[in-house]
Amino acid sequence: MTPRGTNQQMPVSTPVGESASMIEAIRQVVAERLNDLDGVVALRKAAAGVAPHLFRKGDDADGYIRLSELEIVPRYPLMTVVSRLHKTFPDVRLGVVARGCDERAYVEMAKREQIDPDRLTIIGFACTAEEAQECYCAAPYPQQLAVGTPPPPGPANPLVARYDAMSLDERRVFWKRQFVKCIKCYGCRNICPECFCEACAMEDAAWVEPGVLAPPFPVFHLIRAMHMASRCVACRQCELTCAAHIPLTVLYDLLRRDMETLLGYVPGADIAVQPPLSLTLTDAPLRASAGH
Amino acid sequence: MEYKNVLTTCVYCGCGCGLYLEVLDGRITGVWPAKTNDVSQGKLCIKGWNVAGFVYHPDRLTTPLVRKDGQLVEATWDEALSLIAGRLGTFKAESGPGSTAFLCSAKCTNEENYLVQKWARAVIGTNNVDHCARL
Repeated sequence: MTPRGTNQQMPVSTPVGESASMIEAIRQVVAERLNDLDGVVALRKAAAGVAPHLFRKGDDADGYIRLSELEIVPRYPLMTVVSRLHKTFPDVRLGVVARGCDERAYVEMAKREQIDPDRLTIIGFACTAEEAQECYCAAPYPQQLAVGTPPPPGPANPLVARYDAMSLDERRVFWKRQFVKCIKCYGCRNICPECFCEACAMEDAAWVEPGVLAPPFPVFHLIRAMHMASRCVACRQCELTCAAHIPLTVLYDLLRRDMETLLGYVPGADIAVQPPLSLTLTDAPLRASAGH
Repeated sequence: MEYKNVLTTCVYCGCGCGLYLEVLDGRITGVWPAKTNDVSQGKLCIKGWNVAGFVYHPDRLTTPLVRKDGQLVEATWDEALSLIAGRLGTFKAESGPGSTAFLCSAKCTNEENYLVQKWARAVIGTNNVDHCARL
């Protein structure tokens, strides 16, 4: 059995099933919102590619940036951009064009004070059925939905089912074969919207020896996985960005499943529910818990 | 508050991965991989992810430096180039063209690399030509 990762990039051209009218509808909503907001974060199509951008009212006036350049593929973690702007400019009120995964990322970032919910307007749109399938996505639309109709959820990742059927020894071999491919580009960590720690454990020499490839097995990937417990919103950017085609979402799907089964917590589902792993020493004094 | 991403190519090797330099109010704040690039497909290596690290680095050279009395001092481009041209001519005349060598770079364009090796071979007269990718 050959373990395989997935390597899926969103096409730049309009995906099958996605109408030009949907992008036009999004552009109209953004144009309206720009009357009340300092800017809207969305993708912009320039000559050679598509990248995150801050659209502002008045950009149209100089004839340089037009809302006609607003795009929705390929997917970038736009909430990371929102977080940077919120932190750099403490008073700006922003909008963001968001898929379901973007909104989930926002929910968990807001709980951890990386985004100010009072200064963000979500302009949500639904993914296409094809996009939901490509991402094996259970919730391919945001709760705050402005454009589009929710498609059926994508199927479960078949690789997870194959993994579940493996014995413990087979699982160890599976991960060893996958992790040995790692080139320590830190792309998974860099692209993840929930990875915002200023001091990253994956760069701590106590755990990860600098200048050595392959990274320590299994510590390197499990450090991030453990830190992603209650944070991973299944946006799949890590796997899309992995230069070594490691099926990282299998690892995170398993983690998310455990979070839900053991602690009843689904990251990104409800902004009112506090993460079970958060601890505030100032508000809640430590109590001795029985048996531990 | 001006935020934009500028498409460029990684300077570190011949792969030429596509990436965006994230620019906030005129200052580079980060890097995004270019997902629409057919070669790099939205992925980068550790060097590509950190390609903006040298831009504002305090050790980055901003003027030519010329060694005078054992010390490296700032100089103009004219002074540096005149010094190089004169010394290369001297080496070639006194010790032969094979006493010099020329190192090209992945940070240069293909055209610049072609120019260097052509100049080394046809003008100076040596085939002592190599490239930083081999170091």
